[in-house]
Amino acid sequence: MHLRDRLARLEISSAPYLFIAPFFVLFGIFGLFPLGYTLWVSLHDWSLLGGNEGWVGFANYTELVSDDYFWNSLLNTFAIFLIATIPQILAALALAQVLNSSLRALTFWRIGVIIPTATSIAAVGIIFAMMFSRDFGIVNWFIGLFGVEPIAWNQERLPSWLAIATMVDWRWTGYNALILLAALQAVPKELYESARLDGASALRQFRSITIPMLRPTLMFVVTVATIGGIQLFTEPLLFNPGANAITGGDTRQFQTSAMYLVEQAFTGQRFGYAATVAWILFAVIVVVSIVNSLLVRRIRSVD
Amino acid sequence: MGALPPAGAAKERVTVSHTRRSRWLAGAAALASLSLLATACGGSDSDSGSGDDVTLRVNLFGKFGYTELYKQFEKEHPGVKIVETAEGDLGKYNTVLTQRIAAGSGAGDVVAIEEGQAVNFLASADKFVNLQDHGANDLKDQYLPWKFEGATTADGSTTIGLGTDVGGLAMCYRRDLFEKAGLPTDREAVAALWPTWDDFIATGEKFQDGIGNGKAKFIDSATNTYNSILMQSADHTYFDREDNLVIESNPAVKAAWDKALEMDEKGISAELKSFSPEWNAGFKNGDFATIACPAWMTGYIKDQAGEQNAGKWDIATVPGGGGNWGGSWLAVPAASKNQDVAIELVKFLSSADGQLAAFKEVGNLPSNPNLYEDPALQEATNPYFNDAPVGQLFIAGASQLEPVFLGAKNQPVRDAVENAMRSVENGQRNASEGWSTAVKDAEKAAG
Repeated sequence: MHLRDRLARLEISSAPYLFIAPFFVLFGIFGLFPLGYTLWVSLHDWSLLGGNEGWVGFANYTELVSDDYFWNSLLNTFAIFLIATIPQILAALALAQVLNSSLRALTFWRIGVIIPTATSIAAVGIIFAMMFSRDFGIVNWFIGLFGVEPIAWNQERLPSWLAIATMVDWRWTGYNALILLAALQAVPKELYESARLDGASALRQFRSITIPMLRPTLMFVVTVATIGGIQLFTEPLLFNPGANAITGGDTRQFQTSAMYLVEQAFTGQRFGYAATVAWILFAVIVVVSIVNSLLVRRIRSVD
Repeated sequence: MGALPPAGAAKERVTVSHTRRSRWLAGAAALASLSLLATACGGSDSDSGSGDDVTLRVNLFGKFGYTELYKQFEKEHPGVKIVETAEGDLGKYNTVLTQRIAAGSGAGDVVAIEEGQAVNFLASADKFVNLQDHGANDLKDQYLPWKFEGATTADGSTTIGLGTDVGGLAMCYRRDLFEKAGLPTDREAVAALWPTWDDFIATGEKFQDGIGNGKAKFIDSATNTYNSILMQSADHTYFDREDNLVIESNPAVKAAWDKALEMDEKGISAELKSFSPEWNAGFKNGDFATIACPAWMTGYIKDQAGEQNAGKWDIATVPGGGGNWGGSWLAVPAASKNQDVAIELVKFLSSADGQLAAFKEVGNLPSNPNLYEDPALQEATNPYFNDAPVGQLFIAGASQLEPVFLGAKNQPVRDAVENAMRSVENGQRNASEGWSTAVKDAEKAAG
């Protein structure tokens, strides 16, 4: 075989790898390496200014297991995640259905739902913190019309969870609705037609055609919402403006795990411990994502 | 500047970009997927001097009042351009500064070190330029002795910062609310109401009776008063001079805690969290009649209460004698590429002239004791505060200043104690639960 042929063959066989290589190189530098380095840091006593102060093995991990504030933050994270995500995906589904029908000025509405996603999260945080303010917030004014006593939204646990979940949903429902809308439009019309001929009700059509056809998209939406939910940071941080915001309230009533991580790393200056929190959080996300995909997989595909 | 800086009061000019190393370290702390952290840090090294043109980046918090001084310095040093970044929130400032100092880049050419951070940074003195190599020892008599020592390592060989201001304490009060409550409004008569904190509490109860069902309370929150009492009653607070946590064995801490919470029990606190939107609005709406007032607080009050409240605020001496709360140093990070000009700027800003100009601009009390005799300071009044003789008032506080030792982990411990105190104020815990939480969290935060 001539050298030229060899080169040509090599080109054909190696070209695909070369094309995908940039991603993996970047992932290696900015993804894999930090992951491994974080693991290494988590096995040390490591202070922010002083750097490495010695190997401690799994001491950080055993400390974390008995750290009430970490478990508290995990509870908050999951509570806010559930309160936010379930209504969010249901609302997005409903919104997608509406946007899939023939409305007037359809493009206007479709663009409208994505606008909250495009707004600056800092602005959203500040506005919502004011809306949920105890003394002059519009929310307390509104519930006051029905005779409800003002609620100190950022002092009590459940109200603060609700307020933060509202903030998350306001930003992300439209985004998910658009993704689901794209999936809805890919469902073949013939399926609905034949179902109608068989006399299936609208609800039955939704349950037996729409949902199964949306399964892969739902899986995507749920996974992305899970990752975002477990890493929730900015919304609860901005919900509690003023001194000492990172603790998520005076009794840590809405401190998420990501906030706890940052608190340990930068206020407490314990880099090693913060790295431990990061790793455990990573493990939690992996587990939850697997559970999620198992759950969503139980939705049957249309055969 | 002080320990409780103006959040958002400062003109914020934020420079965001990345350097490889700060990213790398951030990546180590966060998970790769926690990209929030990676984008939150960074800073620019690209300003390093090319040719004659030098851009000095000055990294401060709150208000230092340097705008005019920068112009003067730029005029005297052609080709030098000064860019200031000022962060409103002190906790955030300290966090980001520590992070950048640790990363060895992005901190800027001149940084402000607040009193609570000095010990922390002295432990890594090699990250800063040793100003003793640049004639700092000749400037010693320009500063209160403890101010100079506060930024010098224990062995006396390295000085990392030159003093700007000290936080002489006074008490700011609302004349109109005092009048409504039937209390005297004249500042001398007001000062006579509260020689001690117990008198202060008694006055508060009188105020509450006089104001009736009005929404106004006597103090803004327990935490601000707590910090004032603590800072004036001790030569150390949470940590002894060997940097051991002594929160339980130092009686000053518990005494200040009890006294501050007594005010809340007596119903004279508006229970507003410092730097929250409600607290900020409280200055304007007259939700509270007094606030513990280190010199740097006056600028903040003026910003928040606004022009429509000019003349309604006034300043009297603080109960329990003087005290110090806050105050800063200026330092040059070792990573700065323009060290020579930066050192010159630090000397210029912390000089007697610089301190006086800053005092006139935002009211920060000079740390140069020679200025206390200066007529410009002695006779200074503040028109916003009903022409209060701020010079005399704050000098009176400063003359009794005792240096207070703050440990390396002062900030996280203080945060923990304030959180516990607020939870008692809000009724989420009772006082003894609050105290045991404070101690437990302080131990954890001290590590």
